[in-house]
Amino acid sequence: MDNSLKIENLTVEVGGRVILEDLNLEISPGSTLVLFGPNGSGKSTLIKAIMGFENYAITHGKIVFGGEVINGLSTDERAKKGIGVLFQNPPKIRGIKLRQMVELVTRRPAQEDIFVDKLNVGELMDRDLNVNFSGGEMKRSELLQVLSQRPKLLLLDEPESGVDIENIAMMGRVLNAFIREHAVASLIITHTGYVLDYVDAQHACVLMDRDIRCYDDPRKVFEDIRQFGYEKCRTCRGQ
Amino acid sequence: MNFMADKDAHLGKEETRRLERIGYDASEKERAGSFIQQDSDLLLRKTLHEDIDVMGVEEALKTVPDAASYYGKAFAALGREYPKETSGGYYIRIKAGKTVLFPVQACLYLKKANFKQKVHNLIIAEPGSKVYIITGCTAHIDSQEAYHLGISEFFVGAGAYVNFTMIHSWTRETSVEPKSIAIVDKAGVFISNYICLDPVKNITMYPTAVLDEMSTAHFSSLMVAHEGSAQDIGSRVIFNGRGSSAEIISRAVSLGGSVTARGHLKASSPDIKAHLECRGLVVNEKGRIHAIPELETEYRDVDMSHEAAIGKISKEEIEYLCSRGISKDKAQSLIIRGFVDTNILSLPELLKKEIDQLADRTLKSGL
Ligand SMILES: Nc1ncnc2c1ncn2[C@@H]1O[C@H](COP(=O)(O)OP(=O)(O)OP(=O)(O)O)[C@@H](O)[C@H]1O
Ligand SMILES: [Mg+2]
Repeated sequence: MDNSLKIENLTVEVGGRVILEDLNLEISPGSTLVLFGPNGSGKSTLIKAIMGFENYAITHGKIVFGGEVINGLSTDERAKKGIGVLFQNPPKIRGIKLRQMVELVTRRPAQEDIFVDKLNVGELMDRDLNVNFSGGEMKRSELLQVLSQRPKLLLLDEPESGVDIENIAMMGRVLNAFIREHAVASLIITHTGYVLDYVDAQHACVLMDRDIRCYDDPRKVFEDIRQFGYEKCRTCRGQ
Repeated sequence: MNFMADKDAHLGKEETRRLERIGYDASEKERAGSFIQQDSDLLLRKTLHEDIDVMGVEEALKTVPDAASYYGKAFAALGREYPKETSGGYYIRIKAGKTVLFPVQACLYLKKANFKQKVHNLIIAEPGSKVYIITGCTAHIDSQEAYHLGISEFFVGAGAYVNFTMIHSWTRETSVEPKSIAIVDKAGVFISNYICLDPVKNITMYPTAVLDEMSTAHFSSLMVAHEGSAQDIGSRVIFNGRGSSAEIISRAVSLGGSVTARGHLKASSPDIKAHLECRGLVVNEKGRIHAIPELETEYRDVDMSHEAAIGKISKEEIEYLCSRGISKDKAQSLIIRGFVDTNILSLPELLKKEIDQLADRTLKSGL
């Protein structure tokens, strides 16, 4: 299965402002890339551009998924091709229940989805999507939804931020098992690096100054950021 | 039990289909009585519970000794006139101290083209009684230009409880003018649920509840204005006694039509509590929603508030749903269906599921 993601010379503008410029990035089939980067550097923007959100205008470059250029596809078509997102800040939607979402995605009764049990979200199933969800509940609900899509490529935007230690462990194990079992490719955005304890990531890189840098072993990149801060990433250009 | 089944209605296919759209249950398994009027003809009136009377209002005026004393009384209480040239309408009365859990169903059906249906309904809940009523008003699909005037007078006795659900399913050519007044005695409760999701030419209504001491009114409405529809819909509560409280909640969606969502809370007594909430969703560029909340009092010792919010469907919500593989159109209809939240209604358990399914069906076919 080719679930590789290749981003070539991508420039993204939001409200007329260039957020990403001439960015290149590659995730080979079945591999995991961790993405670090300071606040506001454009990590979430990258995910929204990959999904084709309207306000994130691609003014240049190509997004290639599984060997196919997907720039021209609508958001739902991209999802149907097998790209799934865990959002950092999902919107509240009144009147739509989490259960309904899982059923819309899987086309089966929600209780049949194994992840409902595994992620301990029973209590959330009949609540309006993200309305008054706690930080950790929101992430569990997001993980449930994205896994129920059974994607080939996972884009996870800070899956562990706001989640308590025990739930991080639980979510990390579920995630890792899913990635391994289905040879899923993934892009994982993190500030804390906790996710490295659970998911076997081959590479990491840093997004700053509108481009990717410091493409290397995840633990090494994370250690460098901890020691020297993002400032040092400016000096280690290139991949 | 069948106390007063004079005749069973013989309904055609189209009639049955239209009536189902307004919550009519032909099996009557979970109903305490039925009433159907077509144009000005009484088709069916049936009492299925010994504590309830259901009949045509004209029959009631002839056979029930005190019925005439109620006729027009609610309008007189507010010093208002009401149209006299009506023909038909229902009379529903529940005996003092009795509770009837199955709802009484009443339907007003407009069939003839160019017909002007004008009815006058009387609903009397004697002191300490409790009753649920579901009324549906609808028109034959080819009844072209049509007009419906519905006068309703509710008398909620001391400590009584009336839960009234009204479903409108008109056609693009129907003009509708309901005029309702509820007089709620001491510690009485009046609940009104209004649902109008199908197209209509225009509706103008401003039902009013007048509250005595310690009594409660709760109005909630769900409205969808299709292109070409003009709906001017409000609720008004007049507080005439201490300790009374009320809530007015509405959700209005404009799919290109115009909605004026009014609400008026008037405290003519101190020590009252009232809240008004109106939310609107404008889906289509041609749509228009105008929310007019009004709070009025001469007393300081009152607790009155309102909130009104109107917006369009957020792109962020649509894109979020699309990113789960849901098409844009489907995402939009899911959000609208979610906004038309039947949970704001104070429905009895029994009707909740029926109304939910009805909203599902109506919105699915209407969007
Ligand atoms: N819809 C939008 N409208 C306006 N500005 C936006 C929008 N989305 C993102 N931006 C701006 O683009 C820049 C990048 O934002 P983005 O959310 O991608 O950062 P991030 O790297 O994910 O940061 P964080 O680590 O804080 O999540 C920020 O300056 C942000 O304010
Ligand atoms: Mg972000």
